[in-house]
Amino acid sequence: MVAQNIFFYLFAAVMVAAAIAVVTTRNVVRAALYLILVFAGVTAQYLLLAAEFVAVTQVLIYIGAIMVLMLFGIMLTRAKIGRDVDLTHNYWHVGLGTAVLLAGVMGYALIDAFGDDTMPRDLRVDDVAGSNTATVSDAIFSTYLIPFEVVSVLLLAALVGAIVIARKDR
Amino acid sequence: MLNQFLLLGAILFCVGVYGVLAKRSAVLVLMSVELILNAVNINLLAFGALAGDVTGAVFALFVIAVAAAEVGVGLAIVLAIYRNSHSVDLNDVDTMKG
Repeated sequence: MVAQNIFFYLFAAVMVAAAIAVVTTRNVVRAALYLILVFAGVTAQYLLLAAEFVAVTQVLIYIGAIMVLMLFGIMLTRAKIGRDVDLTHNYWHVGLGTAVLLAGVMGYALIDAFGDDTMPRDLRVDDVAGSNTATVSDAIFSTYLIPFEVVSVLLLAALVGAIVIARKDR
Repeated sequence: MLNQFLLLGAILFCVGVYGVLAKRSAVLVLMSVELILNAVNINLLAFGALAGDVTGAVFALFVIAVAAAEVGVGLAIVLAIYRNSHSVDLNDVDTMKG
């Protein structure tokens, strides 16, 4: 548990710093690269939670696919590489106030409700019920079969829709 | 141990909310939405680990799939906007403003 705590705080510090860098940097490409760092940290947290299948999926989908898509989007929507002059609204103070207020309320609620909850025991990949890939696939293909199929259709519809929206010769 | 993960999720969520509210670039707003979705996933898996249940992981996988769909359609819309107005500045997207 001690080693888990050490690595949790290590990764959490990197993730929070990178997340803040995503929303404060003046360069969109750098924001995307910081976001990859956040995703890698999230993967590490999944591993600490003994959910290795979700962690691998996170690497494949988020770092592998979504970030490449994001970088393509950046490449196609802006010509120059370098500083972007104005990435932030003039009323960003309102957003900051909202976020800080939300953080305060959520932090208070979480500490109030779950302050003394602890994990059942040392989380290890081989002994937590929800952790191993076989259990996850059993659940997906039995209890959650219909949601799984619906998600497949949703993905297909979204990709067809994306191609229709983005193509030039309309 | 659980509370740490929940608080980390809350912090990431709030950073994402700030990004959505304060950023002018449509691509950066999409990135902030991804931050929010990742924060939610951390919470789902933390509660799943607390309950010793597989449901959290399954829902996290569904969220990842929906996020992939969302970012695909979102970037397509951003590209369409860019093609029409040569800008991804959200202040310029005011055609429907009354």
